[in-house]
Amino acid sequence: MNPQAFDRRTFLLGSGAAALLVPLLGTDALAQSSPQAWEETVKKIVGESKPIDGRVTFELPEIAENGNTVPFTVSVDSPMTAQEYVKAIHLISTGNPQPGIATFHFTPLSGRASASSRLRLARTQDVVGLAELSDGKFLMTRRSVKVTIGGCGG
Amino acid sequence: MSSRPRIRLPDRAKIGDVVEIKTLISHVMETGQRRDASGKVIPRSIINAFIAKYDGAEVFRVDVQPGISANPYIAFYMRVPGPGEFEFTWVDDNGVKVVEKQKLNVG
Repeated sequence: MNPQAFDRRTFLLGSGAAALLVPLLGTDALAQSSPQAWEETVKKIVGESKPIDGRVTFELPEIAENGNTVPFTVSVDSPMTAQEYVKAIHLISTGNPQPGIATFHFTPLSGRASASSRLRLARTQDVVGLAELSDGKFLMTRRSVKVTIGGCGG
Repeated sequence: MSSRPRIRLPDRAKIGDVVEIKTLISHVMETGQRRDASGKVIPRSIINAFIAKYDGAEVFRVDVQPGISANPYIAFYMRVPGPGEFEFTWVDDNGVKVVEKQKLNVG
């Protein structure tokens, strides 16, 4: 090992333990520092309007054994016509170091406002689905997920 | 982004059907939150965008953030407007694009 990289902490913990611990501690410290960051993210999207509660549906496990890869489907019931469709669904984490997970943009060609993927959850928390409709309205649903082993989510 | 992405389309579709399209690409999706053994932050390196077009028209697009797992799987729907060809694009933080084209069997 390069002696310059051999700092006090690495020395005390031993390089093997540090390799395991440092990423975990780092992620957790960041996660604690800004508990309301996700609310800021929601505000940035909705501006002055008040989201209507519900109507965004999740297929998401209640207990996720591995926070590194949690499968999900997020949907909104909509006719998906040129006159009335879901423009986007934003997926937001309330307990990861970075609140944004993904934004799915739909078009009337989508036919169904539904998308599936796999997300990271650093710890037990709520996942927020925020839908943006073609008439300018917003819908929002929160779902809690228990995480057994946290992912290094961001 | 070394290996080719995997795409799953229905074998056959009719005009007006709403069909599901499944995609998977290999990528480490490094969040930029982790540190290496010496305490240095490992720089963020993720796929930040996915775009699906059909005969040039956008069907579906994703702004991807580090909260999406490694080797991102993305599935979505399309109402079949007629025979045509899909174009899928993945873009990573270095600006590298992977483009895959695939025809949909309509009949």
